[in-house]
Amino acid sequence: MKKTLTTTALGLLAALGLTTAAFAEIRIGASISATGPAAFLGDPEAKTLEMLVEEANAAGGINGEKIELVLYDDNGDPNKARTFATRLVEDDEVVAIIGGTTTGTSMSILSVAEDAEVPFVSLAGAIDIIQPVKPFTFKTPHTDRMACQKIFEDMKKRGFTKIGLISGTDGFGASMQAQCKSVVADYGIEIVADETYDPKDSDMTAQLTKVRNAAGIQAVLNPGFGQGPSIVTRNYKQLGIELPFYQSHGVASAGFIELAGAEAAEGVRLPGNALLIPELLADGDAQKPVVTAYKAAFETKTGTPVGTFGGYAHDGFLLVTDAIGRADSAEPQAIRDALETTKGLAGATGIYTMSAQDHLGLDLSAFRMLEIRGGKWTLVE
Amino acid sequence: MRITPKLATLLVLAALVAITPFFFPSGYYYRVGALIFVNGIAVTGIVILTGYAGQISLGHAGFAGIGGYACALAPVHLGLHPALAVVLGAAVSALLAYLVGRPILRLKGYYLGVATLGFGILVSMVLNNERDLTRGPDGIDVPELGLRALLKDQGLNLTNGEFWYFFCGICLILGAWIALNLHDSPAGRALRALHGSEVAARTVGIDVARMKLSAFVISAVYASVSGSLLALQNKFITPDVAGFMHSIEMVTMAVLGGVGSVLGAILGAGILTLLPQVLTVFAEYEQMVLGLVMVLVMIFLREGLLPSILRRLRGRGE
Repeated sequence: MKKTLTTTALGLLAALGLTTAAFAEIRIGASISATGPAAFLGDPEAKTLEMLVEEANAAGGINGEKIELVLYDDNGDPNKARTFATRLVEDDEVVAIIGGTTTGTSMSILSVAEDAEVPFVSLAGAIDIIQPVKPFTFKTPHTDRMACQKIFEDMKKRGFTKIGLISGTDGFGASMQAQCKSVVADYGIEIVADETYDPKDSDMTAQLTKVRNAAGIQAVLNPGFGQGPSIVTRNYKQLGIELPFYQSHGVASAGFIELAGAEAAEGVRLPGNALLIPELLADGDAQKPVVTAYKAAFETKTGTPVGTFGGYAHDGFLLVTDAIGRADSAEPQAIRDALETTKGLAGATGIYTMSAQDHLGLDLSAFRMLEIRGGKWTLVE
Repeated sequence: MRITPKLATLLVLAALVAITPFFFPSGYYYRVGALIFVNGIAVTGIVILTGYAGQISLGHAGFAGIGGYACALAPVHLGLHPALAVVLGAAVSALLAYLVGRPILRLKGYYLGVATLGFGILVSMVLNNERDLTRGPDGIDVPELGLRALLKDQGLNLTNGEFWYFFCGICLILGAWIALNLHDSPAGRALRALHGSEVAARTVGIDVARMKLSAFVISAVYASVSGSLLALQNKFITPDVAGFMHSIEMVTMAVLGGVGSVLGAILGAGILTLLPQVLTVFAEYEQMVLGLVMVLVMIFLREGLLPSILRRLRGRGE
């Protein structure tokens, strides 16, 4: 018994030290929620990172130096994310961290990264991550606020002034609901119905009925994430609501059309990015070659359709490798400085131009207003 | 001096806390150690409730949530020092446990489990939905405890990881000491008696309802303190801390290591905290390994790892 215990103990120690045994020139860390409630975001992100590192190494690495990716799965648990971030910084001694699939995990990682002065590129949406600006924290996805602005811009163009909101109570839905309410007045639009649903609910007809019955309502917006919006979309169709329907960038993936059904999703508009429509982009578009290459590589490698979230990881990796290349150094401080001076870098999500005040570097043009027609994305301009 | 089991447990714990850092290759291990201690504190509370008194709670993460959010909210809204916020959180948890426990501890078995489960889910829902106060599912910042800076002024310069490792370690030893004292006190004997048979306990004059309630309140305070320490150490907290899975984790840790023994339960906390770190290479199988370990322990080592192993070792010695 005693002997087995000692062996087990040794085995545990060996396993703990396993990741430090390997050697690489440039070590990049990642803590991603590849499993758990945020797996639908994290899984494509993890696959994207693995694929890109392989590609980069096959092409000779960065300035001739190979890259090693240290990837951990934090299950979407902020506490675990913090532990893994500590491990990446203290034990694996990475030069940069990509990750933080959700806002909660990103907030946990960023305090570790800031303390250790290691650049961190978050893949989560909330504006709190980069506002106020923290020296070592950057992020790739556009903010909820920008999505709201893009949607309201389109509504204004179509002459809507009275709209309804139906939002999920999860982090994404709640944050976007708040952001939309804070910018809506800039567009001369009034929110006449404001309903919420639990992301685990299986029927939202009650809330939708209330929204429909609001006086003078002209359009409906559904800030939400995961499967909730698909159910809302199906219920919307079942109730026969004819009002124009907007979804958020949170469901900009082929999976949404599949879940909601092409029929129910017909005519739904949402702010998406170039990645969903590479073939519809104009030939001179700077993003076209990037998204076409990434889409082809990802779909051949994984056999699953490319999505917005994998695109965030793609851009995170691109930003970090671009910064290392330009700095010609793998020192965390040098990478940070180079990240901050990123200029006109075309990624899958948009074209990044960072500055000391702006650690996101995207503007509204990163969003393209899309409409679902016959189960396919079409571009509205 | 005779070494009682109580003294032995405390010595083993103190030795572990003091000696293992010499073998740490990097700062990351302090973090893992601190997490084990934080979970150990919550699990010690479960030992009192489940191991001593034989009551089951599937909602203890709710108290951890209250403790954690007390540290996030009280300093901002009430101007309290974070250390006092820990006390406030513990007091609120104790009060809630008292109010909630009075009616639900009349229930037995599954019913008690389901009622506590409901309580945990309620807390988690409030934390998720009261966005104006708790900032919702995205989480909220927690102020710095400030003790590390104080120690620095005294000439003791610890890194953040080291500080939390030793601080949580000391808290765990204190918590274990209190739990072990309770075990041998008249109250502890009364709890263990009602665990054996409520009817028998009642006939010898034990106020069963009151004793159960005190065990529930004490264990709630343990969970609350563990939540507070977690929040202060992470400087950030999300409603996940009050989530259902966290409640289950606490019970699993205690049952795995041995719910009747403080040291055993802490061992369980250690194993389940280490496991995800060890299994990063095959993270996809983590849940499977966990399930397998649980099933094996339940079949072959029903009292939990430590008590069963000790019994076998002793059996061989005789």
